[in-house]
Amino acid sequence: MEIGLTHYLVLGAILFGLGLFAMISRRNAILVLMGIELILNAANINLVAFSRYNGLGVDGQVVSIFVIILAVAEAAIALGIVLNLYNNFATVDIDEANTMKD
Amino acid sequence: MPYTTILFYVLALIIVVSAAMVVFNKNVVHSAFSLFFTLFAISGIYVLLKADFIALTQIMVYVGGILILLIFGVMMTTKVTNVELKTKNLNTIPSLVFSIGIVTILIFVIFSTKWNIRLGLDSEETVTQIGIMLLSKYLLPFEIASIVLLVALIGSAMFARRIKD
Repeated sequence: MEIGLTHYLVLGAILFGLGLFAMISRRNAILVLMGIELILNAANINLVAFSRYNGLGVDGQVVSIFVIILAVAEAAIALGIVLNLYNNFATVDIDEANTMKD
Repeated sequence: MPYTTILFYVLALIIVVSAAMVVFNKNVVHSAFSLFFTLFAISGIYVLLKADFIALTQIMVYVGGILILLIFGVMMTTKVTNVELKTKNLNTIPSLVFSIGIVTILIFVIFSTKWNIRLGLDSEETVTQIGIMLLSKYLLPFEIASIVLLVALIGSAMFARRIKD
């Protein structure tokens, strides 16, 4: 059976579900960040797959480059916040960090 | 069976299994190393989709940048001397049901939609096209992205600085 568009879309959906589960259920802030990375990668798979199968050129690939750029910015900022959280609360458990100022 | 089909299934298996290990593993360091395999296999998927530039960008940016940053974060925020590396889950059953429900809905929608599939020309290099597009059609987002990266760089350096008082 030839690999078509739906195969890639289903792969992206499963990856999105796993990332969503990590974001909802894990309590470590770094694991929540990894869940966000999984979700962004799922979106990227969908974008590149649509770009391959609609015959219109490389628009989807350009958009996925922007997704990668924003993922880098988000990871840097979020890790700065997590390090700050660890300095203030001595934990990265996002349930413990429930005050704005200690 | 053509070899691309076998390759797709192998890569998809690696992606799903290692992503599940990222999500379900108790040890944060093991999760970070499983993410390595996930990102590499996703880059292989991009190669199968004839997006060579995206595949290389994925390896350089995700594997070489974000993953190292995440491992840095794990190392700096866990007490390695105490056994603090294991983390607990929260609301496992409801979030599992929620996630599986959303994935089921997505797969149902994917299979019930009539996709308009047209294959483009195959033997074109994508780097030239992406470069032309970045400097013509997507010029404004490209410039905004550079400003966003600059602001994120300054902002994260300011955040992560240890404030002495």
